[in-house]
Amino acid sequence: MSAVVAVPTRPASALRGYRFELLKLTAQWRTRVLLLVCAVGPAVFVAAVSRQSTLPTDTVFGRWMGQTGWAGSLVVLSFCCSWILPLLTSLVAGDAFAVEDRLGTWRHLVTVVRSPGRLFATKALAAATVLAVLAVALAASSLVGGLLAVGSHELVGLDGHLLTPGQAAGTVLLAWAVVLAPTCAFAAVGLLGSVALGRSPTGLLLPALLALLLQLVQLLPLPVAVRVALPGSAFLAWRGLFTTPAQTTPLLLGVGVGLVWAVAATALARHLFVRRDFTDVASDGLGGRVLLRVVLPLAALFAVTVAGVAVAAPASGAGIGREQLQTSLATSYAHLYRLQTRELARPDVTEAQLRTSATCDKGGGLVADTGPGNDWRCVVSWHIPGATAVGSAVYQLDVTADGRYVADGDGPQAVNGFFQVRTPTGDAPNPIWQFDGLVDLLAPTTKG
Amino acid sequence: MTGTAAVRARGVRKHFGDVVALDGVDLDVAAGQVHGLLGPNGAGKTTLLGLLLGLTAADAGTLELLGRPVRRGSAVPDEVAGFVDGPGLYPQLTARQNLAAVADLRGHSRAGVVAALEEVGLADVADDRVRGFSLGMRQRLGLASALLLRPQVLVLDEPANGLDPAGARQVQSVLAALAAGGAAVVVSSHRMDDVTALCEEVTVLAAGRPVFSGPIEKLAAESGELEHRLRTSDTDAARRVAVAAPGVRVLRGDPARRPDAGALVVRASTAALEGLVARLVQAGVAVREVAPVVAPLEAAFLALTEGQHDGPLVGAAGGRGTGESR
Repeated sequence: MSAVVAVPTRPASALRGYRFELLKLTAQWRTRVLLLVCAVGPAVFVAAVSRQSTLPTDTVFGRWMGQTGWAGSLVVLSFCCSWILPLLTSLVAGDAFAVEDRLGTWRHLVTVVRSPGRLFATKALAAATVLAVLAVALAASSLVGGLLAVGSHELVGLDGHLLTPGQAAGTVLLAWAVVLAPTCAFAAVGLLGSVALGRSPTGLLLPALLALLLQLVQLLPLPVAVRVALPGSAFLAWRGLFTTPAQTTPLLLGVGVGLVWAVAATALARHLFVRRDFTDVASDGLGGRVLLRVVLPLAALFAVTVAGVAVAAPASGAGIGREQLQTSLATSYAHLYRLQTRELARPDVTEAQLRTSATCDKGGGLVADTGPGNDWRCVVSWHIPGATAVGSAVYQLDVTADGRYVADGDGPQAVNGFFQVRTPTGDAPNPIWQFDGLVDLLAPTTKG
Repeated sequence: MTGTAAVRARGVRKHFGDVVALDGVDLDVAAGQVHGLLGPNGAGKTTLLGLLLGLTAADAGTLELLGRPVRRGSAVPDEVAGFVDGPGLYPQLTARQNLAAVADLRGHSRAGVVAALEEVGLADVADDRVRGFSLGMRQRLGLASALLLRPQVLVLDEPANGLDPAGARQVQSVLAALAAGGAAVVVSSHRMDDVTALCEEVTVLAAGRPVFSGPIEKLAAESGELEHRLRTSDTDAARRVAVAAPGVRVLRGDPARRPDAGALVVRASTAALEGLVARLVQAGVAVREVAPVVAPLEAAFLALTEGQHDGPLVGAAGGRGTGESR
């Protein structure tokens, strides 16, 4: 018989716990398939689409995929922000805790790690690591596919200005980095769902359902403070990096809101997790208490972020006004006119010489000149150096609630031309036939 | 008791909402002892084992492990290991990876992994994924996972569940060796033969309350009158003798049960049964077999937990008799 000895008790090392959680995640066939798809899929997609004659012009930068390899990565980024990243957070973070419920391994894990708080931290960190690796794979794959298929060339920004390949590289990478903030927010919601809903598939799908809900909400003409306070607002705000000057206010607010959501939802998930009774075999999430202990706190968080955004960047209405649209359109047109001039090998002209202006009207005087819609009609005017005549062109604008617009040339044909121009090096998209633009929703606005 | 108390619980209470899982439970397990925890489903066995493993804290009462008080918010000592409600293995990992992870997380060297696998007879499948393991192999791997930590208190929930007789004997031998080395072992089981083979003392729980705690021989003595099956040379004559014998009640056997076919089933104390056998011999009826319908330990268990159990027990003497009083 041995003597009974009291010994100090300590929880498992955080580093070892983290490694074990990573091992479990990477041993799952689902994680491996995701990694393979993220590493190969975007490259194949970008390389294949870039060589097509019909490009995805409904996606920002899609019309430039045949011109520069950097555009393909941004098309993939745009698509990822809508569906892929929320889906990945569902599959990785949304299952981080539920998988232990399914396997019945909680009691084993808690007795081995012996600190629910540390267990939560290692699981959350491992899920975040896998998500970061998947995001890096998506970015790298899309860049490799685009650069190999098309090459590194200048990229046309969302205000028509040209980014050198070096600038494009830096800005594209920064855009991918920006979306990590809302991805963290969705991942935290996934962790929360996984903790709160146990084996229920709703927990697994929570980030995807949230993404779907936000997609629908984004279509509504919401007040701009509400729009920017949505946890996924940075999934759209990265586009502000591609204007000069960059639209930093919605970008920084979007990143901030994403991080606030990430921290708050993670803290709430941890709060629920460490209070769980692991001896209760029948325990399977909060059940009917989800409304009170999950939905209500998240609704309160949303209200707080709306108030915070309203204070940080006072703005009213939908953030889309006539003045902003006119300024944005005139700027874009000037940059793109200069690009067309260069493509057609005409004498160079500067934006200052063009003195471009735009006059916009929404709905032909039947409605107020504010808010999104496809009934914006604008006349762009500019001065041609050395000529007394003032050039003008009509554009039909489809403005969406998130500030993006597509300007479609409506004549005269002599000015707008056709969708392609013949350059000394071959055919290229006519930059002023149809182009994308972006309104800064938080810029000072004058209604009407 | 065979030594210093490795586990000592006094007046432990635990409830989940309105459900009282444990109500005033005392438990003493000495170092070097194998202690059995018996009770029907829902009696509170898993909750008590969970308390010993630090999965939850008691609402009231005191718990000491290896001389250290375990309170709400304080972890159990390092030398406590085991599992409740299944061994908790990861099917996507190999047996070796599962054990290596446990060793890493508890700050032990991985050097003991191979020895632990050999001890439970799984060394040859060390690099196979647990996904393909049978229930018995998983149980043995769970035991290896606990042994890896060289525990001074080993807590196991149904360790022989899913094991074939050879596997069960191997587990019994491993646990006996561990106890012989000075560890306190607490096992819950539905298998009376396992408990009989392993445990020196048992605690019987019913509806969260201890209804018996002490040496296993004493539990068997609690059984009182038992049902016995008698095979004789003349069943009709034997029945007449039994009806007239004092302290003996003749029961109607269950003809659907093969052991009862052609046999006489009686309920009697040991003394009354001995008297009946003597009367049969005097009457010229040869007694070929006298066997309990239900083993004494199981009978005692059933008597103590009457009305609480919702599942059959598995014992050495087979299932419970369905005798009906005449």
